[in-house]
Amino acid sequence: MQDIKVEVRRYIEDNFIMGASGVTLADGDSFLEHQVLDSTGFLELIGHLEEAYRIKVLDDEMVPENLDSLQNVAAFVVRKRAA
Amino acid sequence: MLLHHAFEQTARRVPDKLALVAGAQRLTYSELHHQVRALAHVLREDGVLPGDRVMLVLENTPEFAAAVHAVLAAGAVAVPISPQTKKDKLAFIASDTRATAMLTHAQLAANWAPALQGAPALRSCRVAGRLTGADARERPWPGADARAPEFEAARIDQDLAALIYTSGTTGVPKGAMLTHLNMVSAWASVQAYLGLREDDVIGLALPPVFSYGLYNLLMGLGLGATVMLERTAAFPIRLAEALARERVTVLPGVPTLFSALLDLPNFSRFDLGALRLLTNAAAALPESHVQRIRAAWPLARLYSMYGLTECKRASYLPPEELDRRPGSVGRGIPNQEHWLVNEQGQRLPHGSAGELVVRGSHVMRGYWERPEETHERLRPGPIAGENVLYTGDLFRSDADGFLYFVARKDDIIKTRGEKVAPREVENAIYQLDGVTGCAVVGVPDESLGQAVKAYVTLRPGSGLSERDIIKHCLTRLESHMAPKAVAVVDELPRTESGKIRHASLR
Repeated sequence: MQDIKVEVRRYIEDNFIMGASGVTLADGDSFLEHQVLDSTGFLELIGHLEEAYRIKVLDDEMVPENLDSLQNVAAFVVRKRAA
Repeated sequence: MLLHHAFEQTARRVPDKLALVAGAQRLTYSELHHQVRALAHVLREDGVLPGDRVMLVLENTPEFAAAVHAVLAAGAVAVPISPQTKKDKLAFIASDTRATAMLTHAQLAANWAPALQGAPALRSCRVAGRLTGADARERPWPGADARAPEFEAARIDQDLAALIYTSGTTGVPKGAMLTHLNMVSAWASVQAYLGLREDDVIGLALPPVFSYGLYNLLMGLGLGATVMLERTAAFPIRLAEALARERVTVLPGVPTLFSALLDLPNFSRFDLGALRLLTNAAAALPESHVQRIRAAWPLARLYSMYGLTECKRASYLPPEELDRRPGSVGRGIPNQEHWLVNEQGQRLPHGSAGELVVRGSHVMRGYWERPEETHERLRPGPIAGENVLYTGDLFRSDADGFLYFVARKDDIIKTRGEKVAPREVENAIYQLDGVTGCAVVGVPDESLGQAVKAYVTLRPGSGLSERDIIKHCLTRLESHMAPKAVAVVDELPRTESGKIRHASLR
């Protein structure tokens, strides 16, 4: 789970934050609230998760509880891979 | 009558009615009014004077609703700014407006804190949430205060109510100056055809920092309706659940919002039967969307509309005309005169194509401290001393005068309903080491209207990928401005004098 968090954090930082904006994200911080991801950004994140972890994110799973923080994403990916 | 008076009267008339729903938060009119009074009071204490500009860098939250009314109550001018705005542009707007206060959220500090540093005119920054403590001008957001004194700032309807920033062709954003009279007039015209009601529940998932969302909020709260502020547009299931749960009756949308909802699996499982009014603006609804929306909500009325920040709204298509005039954005709003002109400025009869010119009391007073850009858009009208708005949008009209959008007259891209200046995006791309040439254009896109596309030439061996360029833009620009696609090319088409020819890339 820790590995997933580290990897997803790197992905988010590389793709959506980089050095320029100076946002530092805590594990529980909402991507939406911090203006890190918007609707397009979430679709990109989903694409990345599907590819990197070989999971399929169903429409009904596209909810903040699964996707809107590093913590939530990591827990979601762990659950999906166990299923 | 000033813009905020309707809300104040409503708050006294129906104090216990539900004004706002935002997630788990529910505020009555009197609760919201107490917040407005407390905030207006502290703005005064912070030294904000009538006529001062106040920046609202806020999400679609109760804080925004309180802030816009508080700024107006204090006699100041509201400058709504997208919370996605990055530090450089925030700093630019702070210095362009010489705003004396900023109202914002703690979690946006990465952008506003650096902007605050370079803005000596800002006397205070009221922050909802935890202060960073880095700047002495940071102050906490006040709690609701029923005892805060009410005051009436000495303002008249010729005074400015808002400065709304919009993209300019030069790449420098410019603030459209809207007076109380402009905004109250636009409101009255829209209300005359839309007929919002006190028993409506308006589902607002659009950002209130742009004119479309802003008027839905102002009008809803002025009428005594309930406004549901939704920030879940990124999660269409949550949005559909909220629309069903709150029995939303009015849904202002844009094509991407409607398609996100309609694309949900088993969409019919959400009971959205309370919806009676759907409006679309910002980008024209593709025909296929219109059919799907009508199939999904057969009893609801669907209004297709067109407007621009400079006058808020210019046209609407009555729902009963949808079948007869597909693709039309309708006829002029009440209390407005408009016409099309050719290149020579001559007025054209129905059935022609030309630039839309708008005349009415909703037309802005100009761009803040930009006389040249103002003279381009505002020119003398038929009555001495009057200005009319040259929209820069090309339309054709049918035999009955109904309007059909054709294109922009300049390079400006209209994507997701927002204007994007190619120059602003190009400037960001040119900051990347390795980029030797760049041209940004709008290309047709079914749900965005136009999509932003960049053509670039690179120094050999630069190693930059399409993704690198998009990423770079996302860190510097609001997300709607970042290119959706980048094409790396060997050379860009140029005129004989060496200027890049954008037209041949569209």
